[in-house]
Amino acid sequence: MSRDDKEYTQALLGDIRSEKNQFALMEVCGTHTMAIAKSGIRELIPDNLRLLSGPGCPVCVTAQGDIDGMIELSKNPDVTLLTFGDMMRVPGTATSLAEERSRGADVRVVYSPMDAVQMAAENPHRQMVFLGIGFETTAPTVAVSIEEAYRRGLENYSVLSLHKLVPPALEAIFSDPDIKVDGLICPGHVSAVIGLSPYEVLAEKYHKPCVVTGFDTLDILEGIVMLLHQLRQGEARAEIQYRRVVKREGNPVAAAILERVFQPADARWRGLGAIPGSGLAVRPAYQKCDARSRFQVPEIEDKPIKGCACGEVLTGRITPQQCALFGRACTPLKPIGPCMVSHEGACAAYYRYTPVKGR
Amino acid sequence: MCLGVPGKIIELKEHNVGVVDIQGNQVSISVALTPEVEVGQHVLVHAGFAMEIIDEEEALKTMALLEEMMSYGEMSIDEPR
Repeated sequence: MSRDDKEYTQALLGDIRSEKNQFALMEVCGTHTMAIAKSGIRELIPDNLRLLSGPGCPVCVTAQGDIDGMIELSKNPDVTLLTFGDMMRVPGTATSLAEERSRGADVRVVYSPMDAVQMAAENPHRQMVFLGIGFETTAPTVAVSIEEAYRRGLENYSVLSLHKLVPPALEAIFSDPDIKVDGLICPGHVSAVIGLSPYEVLAEKYHKPCVVTGFDTLDILEGIVMLLHQLRQGEARAEIQYRRVVKREGNPVAAAILERVFQPADARWRGLGAIPGSGLAVRPAYQKCDARSRFQVPEIEDKPIKGCACGEVLTGRITPQQCALFGRACTPLKPIGPCMVSHEGACAAYYRYTPVKGR
Repeated sequence: MCLGVPGKIIELKEHNVGVVDIQGNQVSISVALTPEVEVGQHVLVHAGFAMEIIDEEEALKTMALLEEMMSYGEMSIDEPR
């Protein structure tokens, strides 16, 4: 049998459907959120198995105060703010980066942090600040961009690091008695960098099976089967389904450069609050590229958006449909919370792929 | 955000620059995080970087493992609780 054989898919589905116990499996990766919604897997599996979306979308978990801080920075006339596209429309308390741009702020979208370095080289009289948003997948690419800026001797490239680390957030989820998760569908591309060992620690400490899973429908079905198999046996190990990309040891080159440029720092998460050591700050040795030492970035308190339940959605406490604003006041065209803005936010994914009747 | 797309390395240049073919488009990326990569290999591209070398053979190992696991299930070797 080959991997793309229908019979194999049916065998996996049959195994999943034979499960009679109630289990909640959580994914913590925006790409999984999208892939699961798009594939219709939720409709294919029995009701006693619930697939929850956790804090897996970096834009969505960025704290409101941090968003307000970056919007303030965009108003500095000396600064060109460079960002991945997801962040543009995310609403701050009063405005968004997109709105500030329409008022004259210099905010530009880049595809790669290396493009940001190149723009800094081409515009030596502008201060180019890259918005460092993302998990362990993205942070090493930003670390390379900082080393590249040093190699080229650039004086006008810096990073506002709001990067977040996945394992501390998982620990927060597992230790919250209000959040019921039986097994974890671990993020494929974060794990390509960090490897399996952080999950081995979590699986043992909290007795929850963890399976690093890929992103096509078959990958996700395989990941679910592997989790259910462990749950049936009462086991809690960390395993890799996504073996074509993720190695046990992760990517040591990426992990080393991450370690060289960044150090762990406290960070605020939407929905989870402050988690010690869950963020990344630029190390003093690379201070020239730290936007926080170059500019006054205000520390702004988190002000909740009225009626928005993104915090509850991000921690699996409720599904998007259980938010009073979902599909009514809050839609992809006029989003109120970040989970509806980002393509891979749970609300946007549900809205896009749930039949109208189900909304 | 951690989205990755597969691409095939078709050229390697100095300063860790690589050219990949992504569905017929040629794109310059950084191979700083996969320094061992060779022309002809497939990589996972994220934010303009090759994050990891893709090994399709490994996918079959997961499949073989699961087929074995599910066949045990049919023989009731691992009784569901």
